[in-house]
Amino acid sequence: MTGVSQQGHSLFRIAMRSLLSSKATTTALALMAIVVLLTLAAPLLSPWDIDSTDWDNVATSPSIETAHYFGTDDVGRDIFVRTLYGGRISLLVGLSATMVSLVIGVFWGAIAGYAGGRTDQLMMRFVDVMYAMPFMFFVILLMVFFGRNIFLIFVAVGAVNWLDMARIVRGQTLSMKHREFVEAARAGGVSNLNIIRRHIIPNLLGVVIVYVTLTIPQVILVESFLSFLGLGVQEPMTSWGALVNDGAALMESAPWTLFFPALFLAATLFCFNFIGDGLRDALDPRDSAGES
Amino acid sequence: MTMPLLELKSLNVSFAGRDGITRAVKDLSYTLKTSETLGIVGESGSGKTQSVMSLMGLLPHNATVSGKAMLNGTDLLALSQSELNRVRGKDIAMVFQDPMTSLNPHLTVGAQMSLVARRHLGKSKRDALAECRLMLEAVRIPEVAKRMTQYPHELSGGMRQRVMIATALLCKPKLLIADEPTTALDVTVQAQILELMCELQTDFATAILLITHDMGVVAGTCDRVLVMSKGECVEENFVEPLFATPQHPYTRALLAAVPRLNEVNTELNQPTDTAQRLEARGLEVTYSVDSKRFLAAAHQLKALRGVDLNLIAGETLGVVGESGCGKSTLARAVLNLIPSSAGDVLLMGESLQKLTTKQLRAMRSDMQIIFQDPLASLNPRMTIADILCEPLDTYHPNLSRAEKLRRASIMIEKVGLSPEQLTRYPHEFSGGQCQRIGIARALMFEPKLIVCDEPVSALDVSVQAKVVQLLIELQKELNLSLVFIAHDLAVVRQISHRVMVMYLGKVVELADRDEIYSSPRHPYTRALISAVPIPDPKIQQSLGFAAISGDLPSPLHPPAGCAFCTRCPLAEPRCANEEPPLRAVGRSMVACHLAD
Repeated sequence: MTGVSQQGHSLFRIAMRSLLSSKATTTALALMAIVVLLTLAAPLLSPWDIDSTDWDNVATSPSIETAHYFGTDDVGRDIFVRTLYGGRISLLVGLSATMVSLVIGVFWGAIAGYAGGRTDQLMMRFVDVMYAMPFMFFVILLMVFFGRNIFLIFVAVGAVNWLDMARIVRGQTLSMKHREFVEAARAGGVSNLNIIRRHIIPNLLGVVIVYVTLTIPQVILVESFLSFLGLGVQEPMTSWGALVNDGAALMESAPWTLFFPALFLAATLFCFNFIGDGLRDALDPRDSAGES
Repeated sequence: MTMPLLELKSLNVSFAGRDGITRAVKDLSYTLKTSETLGIVGESGSGKTQSVMSLMGLLPHNATVSGKAMLNGTDLLALSQSELNRVRGKDIAMVFQDPMTSLNPHLTVGAQMSLVARRHLGKSKRDALAECRLMLEAVRIPEVAKRMTQYPHELSGGMRQRVMIATALLCKPKLLIADEPTTALDVTVQAQILELMCELQTDFATAILLITHDMGVVAGTCDRVLVMSKGECVEENFVEPLFATPQHPYTRALLAAVPRLNEVNTELNQPTDTAQRLEARGLEVTYSVDSKRFLAAAHQLKALRGVDLNLIAGETLGVVGESGCGKSTLARAVLNLIPSSAGDVLLMGESLQKLTTKQLRAMRSDMQIIFQDPLASLNPRMTIADILCEPLDTYHPNLSRAEKLRRASIMIEKVGLSPEQLTRYPHEFSGGQCQRIGIARALMFEPKLIVCDEPVSALDVSVQAKVVQLLIELQKELNLSLVFIAHDLAVVRQISHRVMVMYLGKVVELADRDEIYSSPRHPYTRALISAVPIPDPKIQQSLGFAAISGDLPSPLHPPAGCAFCTRCPLAEPRCANEEPPLRAVGRSMVACHLAD
């Protein structure tokens, strides 16, 4: 036991320091930042618009002169711009749907697991019922009722993903519930809500974060699948998933239409995995405090 | 002079970690002759386990080993993995601390034992099974044929350790390494296992390397003792001179720290106020255990079967018994952490069962608990300051953060740590320090009653003594009432005013501490006391370990009549039919037909 730092043991600062001490995580964070900045700055970087077609350059390969940095697709739209705009949608769907599933899932699972008994039974049976609903059917139902809307995708994906999260969190909570420090808190008159908030949820973070990093890529892929079926984003708006699907069709004649969106998608998914690993380690005081 | 069986020459073990190289074992040399028992004693972290793990080639990958370990002329450290595999299990066998985790839960006892016999003795399946049966008989397991087909979880802890020993002895190894073989067991079972090991050693002429932290165990079993501290051997001697005239100050300190049954060196608080702090009347706790059969009714497991107790201000009630006797259930039922199915608990005259949730929460600050595992009882994600301030957040939410921290610093000094350590996390502290933090947290509530559930059993002996002393001092200062639960009778004697002995959810004897230790009246109490190893080789080796035989019966189906009658050496026919009530005999309360 060495005095790593006698004071300023704030979890946030330790987490940041340990997050940045890992090369893989730092690289992933930097790469992620670049991708995000690019998608935000898309209109400034290219003279082309997302739906403008350049009839002189249909399905041409990447070139600097024409300002089609990533080439064009079979109707002459600029892949560079479309990839960046698509990134906005994909990242937005990925993050927001995951956040929805994170918040609902963690609270639902923690409350069910901690309360136990009939409450647990009721809450988890509800989860089972939701599981039994066919996902496609659910999405189509939403579309029929509310019309086609990008936010419906967030809702639909989030509404399905929190079920997994709730199950995982409940399982973890069940094993956590009988740990002595939770019992100590109960003996100390701490209210149930505070036990869940202070003692249970912080100790679930490791598992939750890993699961979140798995969920984000999954959600991005689900969105591309929906787009492919015509239930997701609609032309001229696009997403990475939609672009990859389009590109796959032109793989032989114009491989760049597949390559660049796929590159962005893959890089982002990699980044999320590394950031997730780093976060999990960084948020655990046992690891991040360094030597012990 | 014959050649020694095992000869260690300047063994070094070091680990490469994040913060550089840690030297776990430094320049260790010793010899071991055939059919000799060498005890290696030391506190946790002294390198005693690492030194033998290196012989078995079982160290993790970041370890470096140097030196020589000659077993019958071959250097174990120079062997390759496949050569070692031939030696391991055949020439050297090992018995680990926790018999549950060292047996494969998916294989029956017979299946996993016969694997060893087939691998090393090259026997056919049938011969191997026959060999295993013989060996299980040798370690005195009753109903061998049935046990062979059972899975580890179906056996009791003592039985599992017997299976481990039988497996280890299958190939008639020349050297048996026993790493804390009895630490996870009850005293009564420990006595049985130690006795067994001593007998088997004479039968099989095996050399034993016994690693333990318990001086009492060493005194009764070993020929020679090696004391380790911080990776180094500080003293080595035959057992009798070592205990009679310890040379090294560390050995002396270790011996002095061992709590002894027959002498008490603590000054207890003299209670002045005779008002009842805590009273329990006919407390019962029933768990329902799901039946294995489909749709069958759940079994009712009675963990507590009507317990009465009372405690006045500034007094300590010790509670002892084997694991499974309901001690921990009692601790939780008294604090209303688990619901009781019958009976009542009164804290300062107020019945806890009748309180609303809100009133009960308000009462919780008067009654606190200290747990067995010091690290597990502290939230790993909270700093010590947050842990200590949580009681104040709950009961005095209006205090400023600075005031809360001020109180936390005062408290942490009171338990012997420094306020600078408040910003750290629990994992940065040792077991003893964590237990001090646990005590500090309990005291932050300014409680009247603290239930200590095996507070020192996870700690080293020298640390145990200090924690017990701290509790005694705090009791004097704050006039606390303590319920002190332990399986170690010697520790209970140091701290308790009165001692209560429990068996299968019932009180079998209750008396003042001197009374119960000098004239135990219930046969179970007598057995418990005689099973405690005495840290004096002369007494211990003449006494032997004989205590009671057998295991605790299943609490699902307690025997009719006196619960102890299945193991009682004095049992009479009426013991099996009539349940003895708790009655006054002399100055004790005893539940036995035969006590007088």
